[in-house]
Parts: sequence; structure tokens; C-alpha cells
Amino acid sequence: MLKQLEGSRAVAEAVAMCRPQVICAYPITPQTHIVEALSAMVKTGDLEAEFLNVESEFAAMSVAIGASAAGARAYTATASQGLLYMSEAVYNAAGLGLPIVMTVANRAIGAPINIWNDHSDSMSQRDAGWLQLFAETNQEALDLHIQAFRIAEELSIPVMVCMDGFLLTHASERVDIPEPGQVDAFLPRYEPRQVLDPDDPVSIGAMVGPEAFTEVRYLAFERMRQSLGVIESAAADFAKTFKRDSGGLVRPYLTDDAEIIVIALGSVLGTVKDTVDDLRADGMKVGVLGITTFRPFPAEAVREALGVKPRHVIVLERALAPGTGGIVTADIRMALAGRLAPRISTVIAGLGGRAVTRKSLRGLLEQDDLDPLTFLDLDTRLVDRELQRMRAARRSGPSPENILRDLGITASGIG
Amino acid sequence: MPYQRIKFYQTGSFAVGNRLLDENQRSVQSTAGRSNALTCGHRACQGCGEALGARYALDAVHTATNGKMIAVNATGCLEVFSTPFPETSWQIAWLHSLFGNAPAVASGVAAALKAMGRTDIRVVGQGGDGGTVDIGFACLSGMFERNDDVLYICYDNQAYMNTGVQRSGATPPAARTATTQAVGREPGNRFGQGKSAPLIAMAHEIPYVATATVADLRDLEYKATRAMDFRGARYLHILVPCPLGWGSAPADTVKVARLATESGLFPVFEAETGEVVSSTPIRHRVPVTEYLRIQARYAHLFRPKERTDVIEKIQAAADRNIRRFGLLPEDLSAERAESLAPATVTSPERR
Amino acid sequence: MSIVRKPFAITLDVGSSRANHTGAWRTERPVYVHNLPPCNNACPAGENIQQWLYHAEEGSASPPGGQPPGPPDTGGYEAAWRQIMEDNPFPAIMGRVCYRPCETACNRAQLDSAVGINSVERFLGDEALRQGWQVPVAAAPTGRRVLVVGAGPSGLSAAYHLTRLGHQVTIKDAGAEPGGMMRYGIPKYRLPRDILDAEVHRILDMGVTLELNAKVTDILTEMSEAAGGHGEAESGFDAAFVAVGAHIGRRAYIPAGDSARIMDAVTMLHSMEDGSPPLLGRRVAVYGGGNTAMDAARTARRLGASEAVVVYRRTRERMPAHDSEVEEALEEGIQMRWLSTVAHADEGKLLIEKMKLDDTGFPQPTGEFEELEADCLVLALGQNADLSVLEGVPGVTFSDNVVEVGPDLMTGYPGIFAGGDMVPAERTVTVAIGHGKKAARHIDAWLRGGAYAAPAKHDLAASEKLNTWYYADAPATVRPRLEAARRVTTFDEVTGGLDESTALFEARRCMSCGNCFGCDNCYGVCPDNAILKLADGEYEVDYDYCKGCGLCATECPCGAIDMQPEPT
Repeated sequence: MLKQLEGSRAVAEAVAMCRPQVICAYPITPQTHIVEALSAMVKTGDLEAEFLNVESEFAAMSVAIGASAAGARAYTATASQGLLYMSEAVYNAAGLGLPIVMTVANRAIGAPINIWNDHSDSMSQRDAGWLQLFAETNQEALDLHIQAFRIAEELSIPVMVCMDGFLLTHASERVDIPEPGQVDAFLPRYEPRQVLDPDDPVSIGAMVGPEAFTEVRYLAFERMRQSLGVIESAAADFAKTFKRDSGGLVRPYLTDDAEIIVIALGSVLGTVKDTVDDLRADGMKVGVLGITTFRPFPAEAVREALGVKPRHVIVLERALAPGTGGIVTADIRMALAGRLAPRISTVIAGLGGRAVTRKSLRGLLEQDDLDPLTFLDLDTRLVDRELQRMRAARRSGPSPENILRDLGITASGIG
Repeated sequence: MPYQRIKFYQTGSFAVGNRLLDENQRSVQSTAGRSNALTCGHRACQGCGEALGARYALDAVHTATNGKMIAVNATGCLEVFSTPFPETSWQIAWLHSLFGNAPAVASGVAAALKAMGRTDIRVVGQGGDGGTVDIGFACLSGMFERNDDVLYICYDNQAYMNTGVQRSGATPPAARTATTQAVGREPGNRFGQGKSAPLIAMAHEIPYVATATVADLRDLEYKATRAMDFRGARYLHILVPCPLGWGSAPADTVKVARLATESGLFPVFEAETGEVVSSTPIRHRVPVTEYLRIQARYAHLFRPKERTDVIEKIQAAADRNIRRFGLLPEDLSAERAESLAPATVTSPERR
Repeated sequence: MSIVRKPFAITLDVGSSRANHTGAWRTERPVYVHNLPPCNNACPAGENIQQWLYHAEEGSASPPGGQPPGPPDTGGYEAAWRQIMEDNPFPAIMGRVCYRPCETACNRAQLDSAVGINSVERFLGDEALRQGWQVPVAAAPTGRRVLVVGAGPSGLSAAYHLTRLGHQVTIKDAGAEPGGMMRYGIPKYRLPRDILDAEVHRILDMGVTLELNAKVTDILTEMSEAAGGHGEAESGFDAAFVAVGAHIGRRAYIPAGDSARIMDAVTMLHSMEDGSPPLLGRRVAVYGGGNTAMDAARTARRLGASEAVVVYRRTRERMPAHDSEVEEALEEGIQMRWLSTVAHADEGKLLIEKMKLDDTGFPQPTGEFEELEADCLVLALGQNADLSVLEGVPGVTFSDNVVEVGPDLMTGYPGIFAGGDMVPAERTVTVAIGHGKKAARHIDAWLRGGAYAAPAKHDLAASEKLNTWYYADAPATVRPRLEAARRVTTFDEVTGGLDESTALFEARRCMSCGNCFGCDNCYGVCPDNAILKLADGEYEVDYDYCKGCGLCATECPCGAIDMQPEPT
């Protein structure tokens, strides 16, 4: 049924249809509307589940671990600082093989504290052993949650569904909410691979030493590899049941004859495609490759989608790896290793919620001499002034405050 | 209501069992077919108080729940010595996640069981003092505050033993640990620090809080069993001496725990909804020196010279406990004294 | 669910740690021992006190008084009584006249007070008489005949044990009734005659022949008498046990006037039994400090003397009389004159000289005298044995008015054994009974052509090995006693017995030193589950897993576990 809904609300309704049995949540912008909606559904009885208001994100993931190990379908949501705080438990959940589904409402990581969207939070957990799926639209966000439960439970691997904070969570769009029963047909009951059962007791969470640790990790690696196929078949099944394309590994757009291809994750793909449409109208052979599944990295799908034509691949990243530069870029390079690779440029854009505009993107794409690493729309003036300050005095003060003052955002007059 | 001792003049009031007792009056530990939640082959040190305390508590819970129980364990000695791949010495359903999240994971298990309509299965969360009062504290408090249906058991050996005897928030003053060494002007752990997890649990006004030691099995079993009478958050704090960390002889583990209670340093009591409802009176009071002397972690209080200034402070703490919890029979009001006096034949109530 | 494949290494099957045999860590191992409890060690009759108290603890199927019941239908009292009867056929008597060296040695005295072993023994003895329990003779008849001279405690005890071993026993006693000093030396108020008769007859009923008024003057003749002579089956005696006691009062030379009334205590007490008690007068002085002196003084009071004074040359601490006897005498108003000797006896009065102990503890005359009014002087200066029965027997030697015997209680004449007050030993009923048992064993072995070798004694269960924490606080039950005033006017038994609930209470105070009594502590206190409980009171160390920490040994209340070095 078609509805005009805030992204968070849509996700909440989708999650509810998946019949989670334990929902635990700690509030953090911008995920709050999801769990608020779910809490109301539980309280009215519309959703039969246990809803726990936990004391921290670490507790949230821990409660989900306990619930999942006891055989219940478990769900939580977080972002940014919260994701980092639960990081120990995030790794733990993957290591124990528990099919928890978590929404990460992508948000920048402080310091400096910033509540707006970028991908640094999800990227920080890319090696934790979770599947990471990135939604482009609110529709895809809600669809991915439904697929996520099925994929997670089939593989016994937890799944992170990433959706851009504010840009998707707080944006109101038209979405197609599944009919009751459609989700039940798609998503079977949870049958655990291992469970805490007093009638058939096992010890879960043993200490494993050098003699077997490698093998355990290899098995995790191998299961990740297998998940690529599972993700694809889930998406195919989803298309059959719900009559639309959602999820999958990659989403190419006008890539067949493209000479330049822009690679990106998340909601920015919308703006990129609009820009590419404009450029195509002007005769430029540009294409877009959206990466829906970031972990495991769909190297073969990327290779296939890129083909051999492009001479320039631009990777648009909403996160930064200090000390080296791009994150997704590294995976792209590895995917293309051993082939005649096109020129690859990394563009860091939209950090901390800065808007990525068609105008800037156009300017970027029209530029031929792109540096290997560029920061889109960087205010070099501000940066230079701070660098100068730092050269001039040892106690130059906190950089963020200095820059804000330069921008006239904070009270000036000191220093 | 307080524990009613079976009075046997030879033994039985204080021993594990007695051949003269009826089957239904016997302790869980004395039965030949006891569940042995923690069985042999584990890698605990000789004379480990925690191994003993864990089996005592969990066998009692196992009996009280007819085996329908799940245990969630924090990282620590108990977890490490019991589950080194490929061996596990647990015979119950058991989960280990992380160091600081056992209470939260237990809450999750309890929530799942409730959601699945299986509230007949009961949940026990357990960990050492480090995992409970320090790193696990936030999760513990959250579990208490939500009144989740979990019995949390803290095995208190008063330091981070598994990692090499480092100081924790439960380390008593003057005790030597690897991070509060017996050197300098103020050897051992500082005075004026530390926290009482049982009192903090009581401040949350959860249904049931109790302390116990491995020196009094019947009392411990009674409390573990009693805890299962309640639904909601419950806390059991058990003193478990560590021969290695405390520097006591492995054969002395029970004796050390006994001296801890008989000196007044470790008060044994029960509380419901934030109020003390019973305390186990001291049988034969001893000065704290008797307790301190047999542990090398306090050796610096006696050699090269006796530190009477420090010992006095420790004694004052013991005196305060005795006063505060009414641990000497003569200190009790007549009514409480009567309710605590050993009765003649009644056995501890069981569900 | 069990077909589920568990994630490799992360999830483990329960109890798989049993593959890890932690027993390899040990440097020492716990071993269950049976140490000799101090009570057993002290008992002259060699009773296995710990064992019979263990049985007594179990009580009957439904004991009174709210005590926790024992296991059903075990008949603990009967089992306890039978255990006593293995060693001592006179529990009801013991419970009244034994001086209880067991209680003196009892480790529980260091905790609160000694276990009332004697009271429990008396209860069991009385219970047996009430229930009519008997001891069957299980051994096949050996065809051997043994002569026992003297129907006192020693002779009767020997007869009992020999009969149980299958031998045919005949007792010959010079007196009119059996019992020896139990009848003729110990007053009724200490040992009622119905009890004495019952326990004596129980032995006789087992098939022992008793000939009374049959003094033996020539033992060798006695042994070969009857047709056929020595050595033939069914005639004569193949061995003999002589236990005639020491029932002749010693007389010291005391300067006396013609009308002074002096008699000896033994004769006096003896005459209580044959129906002609002596007339003693209003004030009676008893000279001597032993148990007989106490008995004489107390009997004198009961015979109507308004005053009985014991005159003794040394102090109370040095009196040979048992302290309980002195206590009871004092309670009855018997007066004591310590450090006094009788210098001269006259009609109606005595001249007493005061003594003083010198450095060696020996009393020395001071030269100070005083008069003591006394209608009669009773001498209780010790007893001699009538050794004429053995005079002239080749090989038999005497010294100091007793007959010398080897460690097997055999005299110098092969086949003739002796015991009781007539051999060198402490002179008590219990010792005599012990001799009877010991002699029976040696006689039995001698008759079979061998020698009896007592098994080696176990280590003593010292109090240091106990962990007394586990014994609840419970001081002894005091036996009821007749009030002093009532006591001195009758010969009713002075000290009453315990009823069943108090006897059970006392029995359960036993700490079972050195011997496991099934408290389950070891089974419970092992952090490694390395002790198996096979049944109530039966445990086994699982050496595959025992790490040798020693908790079981330390927490064993009765010290029944030793830590021994691990064999290499």
C-alpha cells in the first residue's frame, strides 16, 4: 500500500512486519524515530514483542546477543557514537554467528560532535564481520530490512542496514508498504543454528586458542563469501514476491558505454544520477555504479558492472580514512587488480552532512585533471587560516572552535 | 524470612550433609545425583573458591528450577577455566559474550524467553567482581532498574584474578594486588575507595538481594533457592576466596571465607526491596587479625613490623559492619534474635 | 535440535572437560583413614565406642522429642548394643560403675564437654534388657572345655567370649551368688541388683555352667577331674582362666584399745549382701582414700550413721578414689579429713595425727594430734588377693601379692591364664572385663595351637586433626541425680539414666574422631567434583580429577582424611 511516510516510520513498519521478538534501543539522533515508532507499536499490542529501553548502545547490542542466542529474532538501531560504543559487542555478535539485524542511521563520528549524515560510522565497523547493506531510497531502506532478516538467519551472520541519517530517516517520501502476509510469505520463522536450550544444553562462547582460531576465522570468511549468492537470491525472491527491484549487490545506471563511471553508496546516488542525466544530455558518456552491498565486497559484480570501457572511475566517498584517504576506493582497486585498470580518483564529499549538489558534482565531472584525492567543496581559505594560526603559536586552541569563529558562527572577540 | 538451620548436635547444622537427615531435608550438594552444573576437568587452580561457589549456586538453582535454566557468564576466571576449546565443564545451557555485558545479555535472554512464551525457563547472569562492579556496572544497573527477570550472581574474589591479580572496585583496603603493590608509604590498596555492590543493588530496590560465602553451603543454597521464588531482578553476592590472589593455602579456602564472616568483615544478610530482612549472626567472633594473617596479600601488615594503625582501621570497618547489620546475637532486638535463632527441626523452605 | 551442527570451536558439547584429567596436577593426595578415637583407645575393655555411638545416633525409626529421625527401620539402638556386646557383655552395669576413662579422653571436652558415653551405654544396656535382646552363639562347638575360676566381672567376661568362640565353659565360684566385686563390693545404690542379675544371667543363658559355693583350692586337680583325665574330649578342662579377684581387706597395725570397734570395709560391704548388715553406730570413721572407702562411708550413712568421716593421710588430689565418687560422697554430706592418720583407736573415739606432705609428696607426721569421735572405725586400706588357688602350680610366679602373667595373660603354666584384680593392673571392673576378653582370645588361639596376634593399632585421632566448626554448640546433658537428702536414706539408685531423647542427643554429640560418619563435607567441598558419593557415608576419591588441594581434608570435621604424598 502506498503511503507518504518519513523514512524512519517506513523502516519501523517494515521491521514490525518481520515479527521481531526482542527490540532493544538506546536513543541517538538520527535513529530515534524508528525505535519510538516501534515502542508505540509494542505498547499498543500491534506488535507482539519485548521492547527494552536499555542503558547504552553497548547494552542494546548485548541484549540483542542474549535474545538471539536464546532463539528469538532480535533487532536494534543506532548511529555514529552509539555504534562505536557497542563496537565490542558488534564484533562479538558476528563472532558468535548470531543473526541480528541492526539499522545504522549513518551519521558522522566525533570529535567534533556532529549529528548529520556521513558514512564514517558504518565504515568504522566494516571489518567486524557483519553484512553491510546501503539503501539508496526510503523504499529500499524498508525493503532491505525485510531481506536482511532472511539473509541473516539463513547465514547466521548479523546484518547492518545502513540508511543516511536525516537524508533518508527524516525525509518524507512515498513508499509502498507491503501487505500483511506478504512478509510472512517471504520471511520464514527463525530456526537457529545454535540455541540455549536447557533440554539440549551447549556451551556457547568458548575460548579458542592458536590451535583453532585461524580455522574459525577462515570459516567466517568463507561464510561471508557465500553470502554474496544468498544476497542475490534474496533480492531475486524479493522481486518476485513484491514486484520491485530492491537490494542485491550493485546497481549500475547507464554504465554500458560509459567512459566515466561514478561509484557511490547511499542516498547521494540520487543526486549523482540526476547530474549524470544532465551530462548525458550534453553528450558526456557518464555512468553510475551504486554499491548496495558493501560487505562482503562484491568484487566480481563490480568488475562485471564496470566492464572494460571506462577510462576514469570516480569514487565518491562520504567517509575519510585519515592517513590514507579513501575507503571504498581501496576495495575498488583490489577488485580491479590484475586487470588493465582505469584511472581511479577518490572524491571525499558530504562529510558531516554537507550537501552534495548537482552543481558541484557537475563541476567535478567536467574537470579532467582530477587529483587522485579531492575534497569536494573544501573551503581552502578557512583551512589556510587555521594552518597559519597553528604555525604562529603553540597554543593555537581547538581547531573546530577556531574555524567556527571564522565562519562567524560562534562569538568572536577572543583571541 | 531468614534461613532456619536444622539443628544437629553432632553436625548437620553446618556441614554439607548428614546421613541421618531425611532426603527432603538434605542440601543439594549432598545428594548423590546432584546436577554438577560445573563438572570436573576444569582448569581452575587447586582450591579455587569460585569453582566451588559456582557449582553450589548453580546446582541449587538447577534443583529449584527443575533444570530449566540458562546461564550467561562474563569474561573472567570462571569463564576461562571452564571453556577452553575443545573442553567445556558446563553441563547446563551456557553463553559467554563479553566482559562487561553479562547482565545485559542475560536481560536479552530473559526477554527472548518471555517473547517466546517460555518464562518457565529461568535466567542466571554471573561474573566476577571486576565484571560486576567495574566494567559491567552500567549493564548491571540497567538490568536492576528495568527489573528484568534475571538472577545475577557475583563471585567476589576481590580483584581481577584472571588477568593476574589486579585491583578492582571490590578490592578491600590494604590488600596487595599487582596494581596496588605492598610498597611505599601506603602499601596495598588505598583506604577510602571501593564500593559495596550489595548495598548498591539494594538502592535499586530490586525484589531480592543477598550475600553469602562458600563457607556456609546451606545458607548459600537457601539464598539461591529463595532468589528463584521471586520474579524480577535479583542479586546474589558470594565471597569466594582465591588462593592464588589472596596468598592463602588452597586447603584453606573455606576457612578463609569463614573467618571473613566471623570477623565481621563480610556481612552475610538478605534484603528485599531495599531493606535488610535477615542477617546471619556471627557464631564465634574473631579479631580481624586472625583473618588477615593467613593471607599473603596482607603479609605486609605483619612484617617487618605489625602495622597496628592499618589493622585498627580494618577492625573498625568490621565493627561497623557488625553494628550496621546486627551480626552479633546480643546486638539484635529480641524479636529478630528469636527469628534468627536456630529452630529445632524445620528445614529451609523449598518451592 | 540435537542434529544441529554447532559452529566450530565457538560452541561446545557439555561436559567435554572430562577429557582433561586434572589429577595429573597433584603433588599430594587425599586418603580416607580410620584413626583410633581417644575413647576407643582409653577403654580398658577395648570397646569400639565410636562405632556404637555411630549406630546409636540412628536411633529408632521414630524418635521422640522432635529430633530429626534417622533412616527408617535400622534399629540403631540394637545395632549399637550389639557392637558393645562384641567387646563387653555388661553395658547396663558399665553405665553405672565404670569410671569412664573414655570420657576423660573424649576430644569433645575441648569443645564444650565430653560426650556422655557412659550415659548412652547405660541407656543401651537398659534398653537391651527391656527388649530382651540376646547374643546368639554363631561359632560351631569346638569340643574344648575351659574352666573359669571366679564369677566376677573378669571371669564372666571370659566365659562370655569363650562361649561365643564355641568353647564349653564352666565357672566355679566360692560365693553364694555370681558377680564378684560387682555384688559384694559395689553398693546397691550404685548398681541395682536386678540389673546385675539380668546381665549375669544373660551370659549364663548362653550355655555357661555355673557352680556356686565351689571354691577351687587346687587348680590342676580341678582341671583333670572327671573321668578320662586331661586332654580327652568331653572330660576335664583343656585350659583355665583364674580370676578370683582381691577381696581380702588389708589390715594395717593400728594401736587400739580393747573395746575399740574396728572392721574392714570389704567385709562390711560383703555383709550387706548376705542379709546381715553390721551395726556401725552413729558416728563412723572410714580409714582410707580409695573407692572402697567412699562406698563404705556412703553405705554407713545409709545404715543410719548420722556422721561418716573419711580419714585419709594425703590430700584430695592424691586420693585414689575416682573423683566422681568423692563428689557424690561430699554431696551426701560425707566429711573428709585430709592429711590425717589414725594413731590410736578407742571405744567411741580415735586419736588422729595430722600429716604434712613433704617435697616428694609423701605424708610426714607433724606431731599434732586431735581427737575424733567415732563409734566405729572401718578400714579401707586396700585389698589383697587370695592366691592359694595357684600355689604350687609349676611355673607360676607371684610378686607383690599378684600373679605374674605374660602379655597374653598366661601364667607360667601353659594353659592356665589369669586376670582381673589378681594380676598386675589397675583394679576396676572395666579393666577386669577387658582382661576377660583378652584372655578368651588368647585361650582360644592357644587351644587351636597358635597364638593370638592383636592387629596393629591405627594412628590416634588427635584433636588437632578435627575441624570442630561443624559441630553445633551443645553442652552435655546432665544425668538426673536424686537429691542428696533423699539419697542418704535409701539404697535407691543415685544416678538416674537418660531417656531416649536425651540419650540420642548425647550420642549425636559424638564427633566420630578419626572415622567418617557421612557428613558429605568432602563430597560437597571439592571444587573439582573429584569425590564420588557411592552411598550414604561411602565416598571415593576420583583420582583422575583430584588436584590435591586438600580442602576435603581440612574441612573433614572428624579428621578422617589424610593428605599423603603422591606416589611417584
